[in-house]
Amino acid sequence: MTKMTGADIVLTCLERLGVDTVFGYPGGVVLPLYDKFPAHPKVRHILVRHEQGAGHAADGYARASGRLGVALATSGPGATNLVTAITNAHMDSVPTLFITGNVSRNLLGRDGFQEADITGITMPIVKHNYLVMRAEDLAPAFAEAAYLAMTGRKGSVHIDIPKDVFLEEAEFIWPEEVSVRGYRIPGEASVSDVQRAAAIINNAERPIIFAGHGILLGDATEELRAFAEHGGIPILNTLLGLGSIPPEHVLSYGMMGMHGSYWANHAASNADVIIGLGMRMDDRALGRFQDMNPTAQIVHVDIDPAEHGKNLPTAVPVIGNVKHVLKQLTHAIDKKAHVQWLRWINEIRDGHRASMSVPPGGELTTQYVVSKIAEFAGREAIFTTGVGQHQMWAAQFMNIGRPRQFITSGGLGTMGFEVPAAMGAAVACPDRQVWTICGDGGFQMTFQEIATMVDEQIPVKMAIMNNGFLGMVRQWQELFYANNYVSVAMSQPDFVKLADAYGIKGIRVTDQSQVEGAIREAAAYNGPVILDFQVQAEGNVWPMVPAGAALSETIEAPEGVIR
Amino acid sequence: MKHTVAALVEDRPGVLNRVASLFRRRGFNIDSLAVGTTEEAGVSRMTIVVDGPEWVADQVEKQLDKLIDVITVEALTEDDSVIRELALIKVAARPDQRREILDIIEIFRAQVVDVSTTTLVVQLTAAASTLDALTENLRPYGIREMVRTGRIALARGAKTTAIHEHEDAESKRFHHESGRLPEGDLPFVSK
Repeated sequence: MTKMTGADIVLTCLERLGVDTVFGYPGGVVLPLYDKFPAHPKVRHILVRHEQGAGHAADGYARASGRLGVALATSGPGATNLVTAITNAHMDSVPTLFITGNVSRNLLGRDGFQEADITGITMPIVKHNYLVMRAEDLAPAFAEAAYLAMTGRKGSVHIDIPKDVFLEEAEFIWPEEVSVRGYRIPGEASVSDVQRAAAIINNAERPIIFAGHGILLGDATEELRAFAEHGGIPILNTLLGLGSIPPEHVLSYGMMGMHGSYWANHAASNADVIIGLGMRMDDRALGRFQDMNPTAQIVHVDIDPAEHGKNLPTAVPVIGNVKHVLKQLTHAIDKKAHVQWLRWINEIRDGHRASMSVPPGGELTTQYVVSKIAEFAGREAIFTTGVGQHQMWAAQFMNIGRPRQFITSGGLGTMGFEVPAAMGAAVACPDRQVWTICGDGGFQMTFQEIATMVDEQIPVKMAIMNNGFLGMVRQWQELFYANNYVSVAMSQPDFVKLADAYGIKGIRVTDQSQVEGAIREAAAYNGPVILDFQVQAEGNVWPMVPAGAALSETIEAPEGVIR
Repeated sequence: MKHTVAALVEDRPGVLNRVASLFRRRGFNIDSLAVGTTEEAGVSRMTIVVDGPEWVADQVEKQLDKLIDVITVEALTEDDSVIRELALIKVAARPDQRREILDIIEIFRAQVVDVSTTTLVVQLTAAASTLDALTENLRPYGIREMVRTGRIALARGAKTTAIHEHEDAESKRFHHESGRLPEGDLPFVSK
């Protein structure tokens, strides 16, 4: 057996794992690794401008493709700059591998230059992490890390490698198989769980499905449709579940939650049986837990047993891979139509469409812009967003109907996610048009990655919903803090000049009549584009479930706010 | 309500940190935590006593089990388990009080393991409530220093918290499957 250096082992591992792209930033302790990149041309290294950008790009890459996203950083500040991105990926169960260098083994724990206890820091924000102290342990660690990231409930995994381990020589032995005795991957559910769930579903008069991110992560959209159609059960999506069923499907009732539709939230509140599928009963989706339809019986299918009963008491927790469990349940339940129940929801929908519509009139609103982008780019495009008003409007009006079409930071709610995530998505899916819907606040947190996109020719279209405010915070100050605007108005640079500075195309849009032309021009341009949409300054997102309220308390206008 | 949980964990650096970090972050209240070796090399056993309602105990078990380095978790009830704790108590013992103290020690079937002219070190292995009672009885003489190990526990009878037995019980809830990377050549096998 020939020996190779730890650095060569790391890159050979990535090759063996099928990793084609690493988003990274070099520094002192990872120099031995960078030295070997030219010898491994199958692994493309994309030099970002900030490690957070590398992390979000890996996240966007993984969400868009379903493949493992990989980011690399040096020790100390390089590693700590990854922390937001690691947490973001972990909260949304995105399969990602984060690699950091650290100081040499003899210097660990001595507070030397650029040392940070990064494995100590990432421990609570990863599925698992490793500090690899011997070159011979690298291959088993990488195989196991990828296995953990990509199986079961997916998530982020972190490997920290001291500098001299990159230089140490060892035999490269790729494990024949990976087995971790403390780790089990649920597949099919037990027969008894399926029977108990089916009994409750068969007795339901007003059943409803909450379809979450697990449907997309578990590649279970077909199974979801078959199950819902067989049982005649309406489907609501969580924010991250958007794309699991096309909105035009007769059983699709759109997004529930804090900015879900009035009818979705009322259907959730009036169901007698709730079937949660690959979702974690999050407060933004469910509102105040204790008043979340307390009389409904809950069937909760999740691959992670720890999600069962964490936030809500559950009648039947079902452990399993949602793809398999949906097949089992479809066999086990009776064919039904639930005509009356669907009619009830339809009637509410007919009466409350206004609060979930693009505002009429000629004003340039975010709702109008994002609906036009969606109309033009279509379902084959990928949309990423930041966090805040524009994110909610994108979720409401971009007609999301394909898995992995909509990439957004759900759990952590990370402003600045949009631009680097779009960059990662565009690298993963070079044949798809990628649009990022940005807030003017979030855009300014991470737009440094434009330079990366210029270098690497990544043609992301960046549509900034520029209202001169941190819109969602402003909305809350208006509604819940008596119009007391504090630190929410912000001046912006000239975004068209900024585009010019980067040598890319910049388009300013100040009027509704310019929107379509600008979108076409951006799409036709071969390269990144910044679109500065100067939208309505003080629009509010409706409907809304105020923080701490129940879904049944959804309000559709400011008059509904109880101060 | 106190719950006793036994966890078999990989004997690796950082495992205690992972467990402690989990309890801190989720706001679980640890009464005691005892760690030691087991019959199997490379496996340590943690006995954790948690204070909280039933659903917290349930979450503690599940969240612990979710840690990759935790091999198996089991709740041990007072009725079905032998639960013990060890205390060392250094009590002030003036010559005129020494006889009284020795009487108390005898009633509790505790042992004197160290003697000085002014103190006794008392050792007792018992259930936590018995240790509490001994402590209260010695307190009037002046407890100079004291240490308790925290609870350790084993299931009564032939039942064990062994790695493989537990997997059998767990597999009743779901069937395992093996995973595979969509690209790359790594076969993933889950035993």
